[in-house]
Amino acid sequence: MGIETITSDELDVESVLGSAVERREDPALITGEAEYTDDIQRPNMAHMAVLRSQYGHARIDGIDTSAAEEMDGVIGVYTADDLDVPGEIPVGWLLDSLRTPVHPLLAGDVARYQGDGIAVVVAEERSIAGDARDAIEVEYERLDAVTDPKEAVEDGAPVVHDDLEDNTAFDWEIGDADETDDAFANAAHTAEVDLTNQRLIPNAMEPRATVAEYKPGTEELEVHLTSQNPHLHRQLMSGVLDVPEHKLHIVAPDVGGGFGSKIHHYPDEALACWCAMETGRPVKWTATRTETYLTDAHGRDHVSHAELAMDEEGTITGMRVKTYAGMGAYLSTFAPAVPTYLYGTLLSGQYDIPAIHCNVVGAFTNGAPVDAYRGAGRPEALYLVERIITLGAREMGMDPAEFRRQNFVPEDDFPHQTPVAVEYDSGNYEPALDKALEAVGYDDLRERQAELREEGRYLGIGLSSYIEACGLAPSELAGQLGAQAGLWESGLVRVHPTGKVTAFCGTSGHGQGHETTYAQIVSDELGIPYDDIEIVEGDTDEIPQGMGTYGSRSAAVGGSALATSSQKVVEKAKKIAAHQLEASEEDIEFSNGEFSVAGAPERSMHIQDVAAQSYLAHDMPEGIEPGLEETSFYDPDNFVFPFGTHIAVVEVDPETGEIEFENYVAVDDVGPQINPKIVEGQVHGGVAQGIGQALYEGAEYDSNGTLVTGSMQDYVVPKAEHIPRMETDSTVTPSPHNPLGVKGVGEAGTIAAPQAVVNAVTDALQPFGIDHIDMPLTNERVWRAVNDAPSAEDGGSEAVADGGERAEDEPSGSDEGGEN
Amino acid sequence: MTEHDIEIAVNGTEHELTVDSRTLLVHALRDELGYTGTNIGCESSTCGACTVHLDGDAVKSCTLLAVQADGSEVGTVEGLADDGSYAPIQEGFQKEHGLQCGYCTPGMMLAANDLLERNPDPDEEEIREAIEGNLCRCTGYQNIVNAVEFAADEMAEVAADGSGEPAGSD
Ligand code: FES
Ligand code: FES
Repeated sequence: MGIETITSDELDVESVLGSAVERREDPALITGEAEYTDDIQRPNMAHMAVLRSQYGHARIDGIDTSAAEEMDGVIGVYTADDLDVPGEIPVGWLLDSLRTPVHPLLAGDVARYQGDGIAVVVAEERSIAGDARDAIEVEYERLDAVTDPKEAVEDGAPVVHDDLEDNTAFDWEIGDADETDDAFANAAHTAEVDLTNQRLIPNAMEPRATVAEYKPGTEELEVHLTSQNPHLHRQLMSGVLDVPEHKLHIVAPDVGGGFGSKIHHYPDEALACWCAMETGRPVKWTATRTETYLTDAHGRDHVSHAELAMDEEGTITGMRVKTYAGMGAYLSTFAPAVPTYLYGTLLSGQYDIPAIHCNVVGAFTNGAPVDAYRGAGRPEALYLVERIITLGAREMGMDPAEFRRQNFVPEDDFPHQTPVAVEYDSGNYEPALDKALEAVGYDDLRERQAELREEGRYLGIGLSSYIEACGLAPSELAGQLGAQAGLWESGLVRVHPTGKVTAFCGTSGHGQGHETTYAQIVSDELGIPYDDIEIVEGDTDEIPQGMGTYGSRSAAVGGSALATSSQKVVEKAKKIAAHQLEASEEDIEFSNGEFSVAGAPERSMHIQDVAAQSYLAHDMPEGIEPGLEETSFYDPDNFVFPFGTHIAVVEVDPETGEIEFENYVAVDDVGPQINPKIVEGQVHGGVAQGIGQALYEGAEYDSNGTLVTGSMQDYVVPKAEHIPRMETDSTVTPSPHNPLGVKGVGEAGTIAAPQAVVNAVTDALQPFGIDHIDMPLTNERVWRAVNDAPSAEDGGSEAVADGGERAEDEPSGSDEGGEN
Repeated sequence: MTEHDIEIAVNGTEHELTVDSRTLLVHALRDELGYTGTNIGCESSTCGACTVHLDGDAVKSCTLLAVQADGSEVGTVEGLADDGSYAPIQEGFQKEHGLQCGYCTPGMMLAANDLLERNPDPDEEEIREAIEGNLCRCTGYQNIVNAVEFAADEMAEVAADGSGEPAGSD
């Protein structure tokens, strides 16, 4: 039944790192004591509601706010004309020749997506604010809309921003086009596929919310916010609101999930702040679920064509990719980085591919802005890689596991430079594949698959050997690529005179268990008991600088900052201990918190006593300041690259299109695990979101730009019965780039799962000649695929009997029915 | 807006309050009475974040008017722990890592307790079915199922010891 947790008093001081200690976050969360943003009340607090465009694209000819203004309890009603702030939401990542249309806090003349803000109301009560919002009258002139990224850049498409007629935000490429063309010209075999990676809606269970309070006496603006990165919010909001950073106090209290959607700076947050300053009242805004559907930055939205070139033996020689990436109506905070540097750079997957070329066109559409959603660019890349690899194996008539093995970057080739700009730090891909194959009983399964087919039952086995890039870094490189912020992390370790510790980190957890894992790191470094260590994050006044939690950066970058600060504390404490023990520093040994003189272990001092001495400061070595606390700004040398193999085993009923899981195995290598239970939990959650994308989820706009999946009734957030029990295991390949050797796990499951499932379903449907179905693989889509399959004309079961006849024009088909 | 004087007992404490006709139970609990442990995820009866017990049964407090709860006993997450000791369901969620952000957790625990009262020894399928109205975006559900199983075992043990009602099972 998975990994067993232990309580903190069962922790052994020597193995605090690597122990599955229960989370210290949980007591507040399971008793209702936790404080989420919407729980916050302030005396005299007012409430804000936002009127949003009901149309996907419309000119706003007039707004009549008079009825709203007259309502009892309404404090103010504001439109774009009333806002006296710089008034533009900034883009946090600038590509060369990126086109950045103005993103106003409220739409003035044109609403460009359904949900675009048009006016705000501030009122005494939440319900009054809602009533008044509904009383505002808007005169719209509807315009044609475009929501598909490929159609958006075609001639004659409706124009989203008047001055950008081709709807193109950027046209970006990576890799060597000529070399890649050569590879295809000389290829013995090729495979190709057209695929979409559908728009997703993040659906954190806690809707976004803001409580803003302005204090005229100190000119300080205090903002409680559903944020994954309060410091980044501070930086961006400072510019938008024209409030200096040191007067902006941002707090992320308990945050009910983010998955990327709470990284970005949204107009609503700035509006709540502006309203607080304007009215002199604390102002709260909380999104309804409808608003989260319409306005939380969506994820993915790619339309791609991918090709693979291989030689006679099935060794990959090249890969070519063309992608249209939907950006929505405006560029959200990190949006330009997602389909470019976070996507194109991972197209080599786990494979040694000599030549890759990728071209991405970013398209404006009449949809909600698209930005990082769990995985951000990497799931799009690995979905494509693992689909085309599976089709390559099929083209070669090879077993998909063996095809992967043959093309893996070999164990002795690390660090490995890919043709798409990144250098993998460390890796060893075969053991993870082998473990996963063994866990599902691969060879037996293939036999059973063949037997079941005889009976007209369709079992499918889907492999996904994924790679992930976490802990985006270093800052210098990020700057060269267009980031408008550094990607270091700060950590402060303060040992109190009592010997207890408070450690502060600039990351900001929202369910990942940082308070637990960070305390494990600091305890291990200092040799101070875990229970004596407290972790603080998520408050810009407590810790002055930071970058936040996204891209699975917290352990690798934040954890390393805390480890580095702890090491500095030990260095200083060592000097004090040496002095007080009357020994030279070189003779002092440090183990489990104890400083002792080499060869004379009875002469020793615990670091907690050194702390007391450091504040007493009666007997300090020369030149050493009193006190015991250290800060570091850790800037990693490189990304870290976790990897693994997931395998989904499904049975598909071609009569109904139903898919049933028989097994799901995840073998992940995230480096050394600080807390294996928390790692397991992250994998479970990530896989669930990946399965959600594979089978259920998808944001759909109609041709007018109306979101037809605008509620939980229309957009499937997977329920308990949708997600199978999964088996997790791991291999451990440390990263050489950080002091802990850790990689990252938050997004691994989401990156790995979609193609494991799609590969499994298409594997099951090989007898019908079905090589690809676009996600989500709803029953209807699967059923339609079977019915429309070339071999279905003769009836599906006959197709099975004759071993899976293939249509001649199937580009990547093989006569043998692929690997089976 | 018509106002109503109502009385509800929350976790055994009597409250008298005046609410609008349209005030939802969840808003009365959170905004009027300060029981903010109950969360709001959708206000449309689909996510289960707002699940509380009404006279012993799990209900979604976002689609119940406060006036409908007049004269009733309401159980919320704040009432689960008894004298500082966790209810089995709370213990289960902590031990089995059944939560990450914790936003769905109060509702999830109350739905699970309702199941355990009706069916003290549910199998995995019954658990998954019983919590189908409670969405969790973080955990992938497996550890939630394990948490409920843990609580069932714990409660069975307590019952076998003959010590009567386990703590906080309301
Ligand atoms: S808030 Fe009540 S069910 Fe979602
Ligand atoms: S723990 Fe986050 S939604 Fe369930």
